[in-house]
Amino acid sequence: MDFGPFLLLALMEGLVTAAVLALTAVGLALVFGVMRVVNVAHGEFFMLGAVAAWFVTTWIPGPPALGFIAALVLCPLLVASVAALADTLVLKRLNYDPDATIVATIGLLYILQQAALSLYGPDARPVEAPFTLRVQFPWFGYSGYKLAVIAAAAVILAGVWLLLARTKIGLVMRATQIDRETARAFGINVDRVYAGVFALGAGLAAVAAVLIVPIQQAHYLMGHDPLLLSFIVVIIGGLGSLRGTLVAALLIGLSDGVISVFFSPTLAKILATLFVALVLVFRPQGLMGRRTA
Amino acid sequence: MSGTATKVWALHLGVLAALLAAQAVLPAYHAGNLARIMVLAVYAMGFNIAFGYTGLLSLGHALFFGAGLYGMGMLVALAGWGAGAALVAGIAAGGAMALAVGLLALRTAGVSFMIVTLMFAQAGYLTILYYTPYTRGEEGIVIDRAARVLLGFDLSQDTIRYCAAFALFAVALLAKLVLVRSSFGRVMVAMRENEERSRMLGYDPFRIKLAALVVSGLYAGAAGAAYGLLFGYVGASFASIQYSILPLLYVLLGGAGTVLGPFLGAALMFYLIDLAGGITTAHLLVVGVALLVLVLFAPKGILGALRDRGLKWLP
Repeated sequence: MDFGPFLLLALMEGLVTAAVLALTAVGLALVFGVMRVVNVAHGEFFMLGAVAAWFVTTWIPGPPALGFIAALVLCPLLVASVAALADTLVLKRLNYDPDATIVATIGLLYILQQAALSLYGPDARPVEAPFTLRVQFPWFGYSGYKLAVIAAAAVILAGVWLLLARTKIGLVMRATQIDRETARAFGINVDRVYAGVFALGAGLAAVAAVLIVPIQQAHYLMGHDPLLLSFIVVIIGGLGSLRGTLVAALLIGLSDGVISVFFSPTLAKILATLFVALVLVFRPQGLMGRRTA
Repeated sequence: MSGTATKVWALHLGVLAALLAAQAVLPAYHAGNLARIMVLAVYAMGFNIAFGYTGLLSLGHALFFGAGLYGMGMLVALAGWGAGAALVAGIAAGGAMALAVGLLALRTAGVSFMIVTLMFAQAGYLTILYYTPYTRGEEGIVIDRAARVLLGFDLSQDTIRYCAAFALFAVALLAKLVLVRSSFGRVMVAMRENEERSRMLGYDPFRIKLAALVVSGLYAGAAGAAYGLLFGYVGASFASIQYSILPLLYVLLGGAGTVLGPFLGAALMFYLIDLAGGITTAHLLVVGVALLVLVLFAPKGILGALRDRGLKWLP
């Protein structure tokens, strides 16, 4: 294959990564933005979504599309309720203290990982894609499902943006983000908002996982990379800036695709992690963030 | 010597004497465990100097531990250095890595500091995997028995290994005791409690924190190098994020900002996982639940709680 088509392939792989990454990272950014909680267990919510998708698609008979759609609806709900529970039982009792919540979410990470290992086992298992369509480009055929993932992510992200910018729920969330005490004084149930935001963040990670699982297989350690990459994206985009998060997801996803295809996936990750560390050191507000975090 | 100083030295020398005597009493299995615990406790003590005393929550200490481990291991395995010189190089590597990370990471604070250190450590871990032809990546390097001879002592023998681990632990413990009771130790605590106020008193927070981090890195490097020499194995998993979280766990359990806390925490956690291993294979669950319970119900750890309840002199 010539360089041009090869680059196109790399960019398309990168776009798929970027789409899934954007969903996961927006979840992390929401939780950090509104609650000021660094959720180290975010990757495990992603993993939980993928593993749950395997269970759902295995249990539901009929064509793969039916099971997949059920998983797309059920898994995020399940993961969101686990997150809401964790918020009520643990984070709320820590009064959302930054250091303490980091330690607590590390604990949560291990508990969820062990739960997946015990209930699901150490194997990586595939989930069948809802449809098998091959889109034929002039130079190569490409999975139609991967293109659908990009479209689905775009639709969901637009939905999240509408929720935040155009609805009462979004207004309440933004009010809580800006001033928790004043919001409480105006009769907003801050506890419920926090539980809801934590659940929404986890749910977005789970949606991303269900979308990726036909491409990647479900495994109990799969939460590691999404967590680190989401961290990277959220920081580069500027803590708390959703638009920045999207741009950064595209940047990291595409460069990951290109460097992975032309050099090595490990090198891509080394460069990304170093880049992030240096962004945080020299430009703590991120590339797009306006306020200091 | 004042009454407090007598009590402090009596306690710590007593603990050391008990550990030395334990070698004669304990069965081989537990003596082996204790040697491992003492080395891990040196690592946790280093972590505690940064986190417990100076207030720097780093999630990148595995990088310093790994620098000691690989600094020693690669010089022995690839360059054919002797154990003694490689051990010194490993300690220096830990300190140098902490200096390099500190110069950059200490420009940030709080959550950013935590993430920056985490990212540097992850980049270090990935670098080890990237250079698999030299580092042997996941598979790791086995250090030859012949190379594990320090000053004529064969470190692969149980008794000698125990004594070597004990010697390292004793030096580290006493050095830490002297450090935290010195005026520099007080300044570290001042940095943890109120950085602005200590700046007003004329201290330079950046230099103090950098110095504390380098000392912390020297401890981690020493523990890493010693771990490789004593147990004959150097592997990438020791540089992974999990090895940044373990010392945090030990320190939280034993008590952050206490001299003996890291050892107590390491020993309890080691045996908690070991005992749980007999009942269930779910050792991740034990670690996770321990972290949650600690942060929810005992944020000060065992010795921290004791210090609050009367033992005020505990350093």
